[in-house]
Amino acid sequence: MKIVAAMSGGVDSAVATARMAEAGHEVIGVHLALSSNPQKYRSGARGCCTIEDSHDARRAADMIGIPFYIWDMAEEFHDGVVENFIEEYANGRTPNPCLRCNEKIKFAAVLERAKGLGFDAVATGHYAQMRETQDGRTMHRAVDPGKDQSYVLAVLNKEQLDGALFPLGDTVKDDVRIEAKKRGLYVANKPDSHDICFIPSGNNAGWLRDRLGSESGPIVDEDGTKVGEHKGAYTYTIGQRRGLNLSIPTEGGTPRYVLKIEPKSNTVVVGAKEALAVSHIEGEKAIWCGPQPEAGKTHRGFAQIRAHGAPLPCDYRSDGANIVADLDEPLLGLATGQGLVIYDGDRVVGSATVSATE
Amino acid sequence: MAIYLDHAATTPMLPAAIDSYSRQMIEVGNASSLHAQGRAVRKAVEESRELIARAAGCDASEIIFVASGTEANNLAIKGFFWANPSKKTIVVSTIEHHAVLDPVEWLEKHDGAKIIYAPVTSQGIVDLDALRLIVDENREDIALIAVMHSNNEIGTLQPISDVVAIAGDIPVHSDAVQSFGKVPFDFAGLGLTSATISAHKLGGPLGVGALILKRGLDITPLLHGGGQERDIRSSTVNAPGIISFATSVDQSLMNLRENFFRVENLADQLRLGIQKAVPESIINGRTGNNLPGIVNVTFPGTKNETLLVLLDMAGISASQGSACSAGVQRPSHVLLAMGISETSADATIRFSLGSTTTEAEITTVCDSIAAIAEKARV
Repeated sequence: MKIVAAMSGGVDSAVATARMAEAGHEVIGVHLALSSNPQKYRSGARGCCTIEDSHDARRAADMIGIPFYIWDMAEEFHDGVVENFIEEYANGRTPNPCLRCNEKIKFAAVLERAKGLGFDAVATGHYAQMRETQDGRTMHRAVDPGKDQSYVLAVLNKEQLDGALFPLGDTVKDDVRIEAKKRGLYVANKPDSHDICFIPSGNNAGWLRDRLGSESGPIVDEDGTKVGEHKGAYTYTIGQRRGLNLSIPTEGGTPRYVLKIEPKSNTVVVGAKEALAVSHIEGEKAIWCGPQPEAGKTHRGFAQIRAHGAPLPCDYRSDGANIVADLDEPLLGLATGQGLVIYDGDRVVGSATVSATE
Repeated sequence: MAIYLDHAATTPMLPAAIDSYSRQMIEVGNASSLHAQGRAVRKAVEESRELIARAAGCDASEIIFVASGTEANNLAIKGFFWANPSKKTIVVSTIEHHAVLDPVEWLEKHDGAKIIYAPVTSQGIVDLDALRLIVDENREDIALIAVMHSNNEIGTLQPISDVVAIAGDIPVHSDAVQSFGKVPFDFAGLGLTSATISAHKLGGPLGVGALILKRGLDITPLLHGGGQERDIRSSTVNAPGIISFATSVDQSLMNLRENFFRVENLADQLRLGIQKAVPESIINGRTGNNLPGIVNVTFPGTKNETLLVLLDMAGISASQGSACSAGVQRPSHVLLAMGISETSADATIRFSLGSTTTEAEITTVCDSIAAIAEKARV
């Protein structure tokens, strides 16, 4: 196969690339420049936008012995991921930018360009497994439960997944580091990247405040009584308890949590922990990673609502475009805009964007 | 089979230059030492200096050896600016190499310099009327005017004598890195105050260049520590590099006329072949007065990032204007300065031919370019 290996400069993508090259594929390494000004989004070597990272990726490609190029995806990244992130927050939702990046950049813009150049697939260092089954090619959780990234890949449709390779899905992270060392890849000990790659400080609220302003507004309880003041509704997350600075305590002194963010009225609603409980989740814009579940019928499976959240047993049904999941046990705190991913055992069925909860 | 068409970036060392480099590597001796070995090295370095000076139309004492063209440009620009604190304005053409633009912009940011950019015509030649106006209006405050002798991306030769005439007694620095050894270059005849030349662009080794600085002028050094080169540049003299530089200059000058026509004929073949294979392609920067071997082409509807990958995969090495420190290709400031749109600049690449280029290589490129341009049209 002719493969484009997306190399971030980290250990995972370096080992994934090395495995593809070693397997005899014709491989080129590509580092995605996601910011037109590397200093604009982040500084320091924790993510995937810096001079150091592009250098590390280049050195890894040298050591593997493959050609290496930088592809400028800054515009696509800004329009498709960063703008979307800001917009979602402005609408009172809580987006996951890694999902959008996989959906719009890595397995869309990159895959498209790769195919245009005559390549068959894009390989990344994501932890997930693709399997050939009687239902076609399906995606499954990685063997390393701590690293499993199938959640952030569940936004890929079948066609995109057919052009995707995840060579690390069968390996635990510690072994990947050992393998990197054995292969002489000097990124072997590079720390994992966390946080949001375009917010270098890790201060998401401050970053959003710079872009969305900090118009203050009321914090109210469930009956609409004002109990405090906030400085920008979008800096709060559902389920948040600390930092609310409420002026009026509850009668019993029980803590209150953020239940809802209403961007139109610029209001944050707080209430008791019990009110956070969600057992009915509705999602829109469904994407199917493999065979689509029979419409109208109720199926057993698991719902996951965070990248490293627990799989929650549920009944789910779909009309093809939307997914509705009813959890066996309620969960606490779920914001609209988050990704709902449905699993059948370890197989990823598909995903949807949470639009309503009860 | 790799086809190297990036000679303007760096060109293979000439066999004679490799030979003189390795022969000098065997010798011991610091050119600054008074003992026999030191004297022998010093003698060889001075003979090299004299040879290069004759070739560049300057006096031997006007040659200050440095480690690169970039260093020479930095030395001239910062050196003139710092040596003359009462004048704050630096005039540069918009199509200078980054080795000129970056130090000027650094001085603006950190040292109170004022930059005036002298525009170029749509052909990529410095606009003399505009320059005259700039100089007339700012004469008293101009520390330095910098206009390159020829442009590295499009190969246009610049009207340096005219620039010098307009400047009057304002110092004029010219980056002649691409010109020296390929077209006639006469430092004194042009009336320049300073100029930059570099060995690796004409078949000498990497890591050697020179600032040619008019006699009697003092500029502020960048490096301090021994004052080996006219007290303006310190460092142990790089004898093998300098001696090999001189060999490459000697060879290039001896064969200048023959090389010019050989390389330019091949470049013509390449231009014709490309235009035939990709009729909508546009050749940039042809003025009738160009460096030999620079073929700058726009392939409308493509992205050069993609073109270069496809060419590389086909074993053809070409290049594009410039990349940022993280390696991202940027639209060429030279093309933008000529009034070419960002989209067209993004669709433009440079082939540069040189001593090792063969007709067979040009034929191969002409045969494969149509398919590559087609594939790059995404």
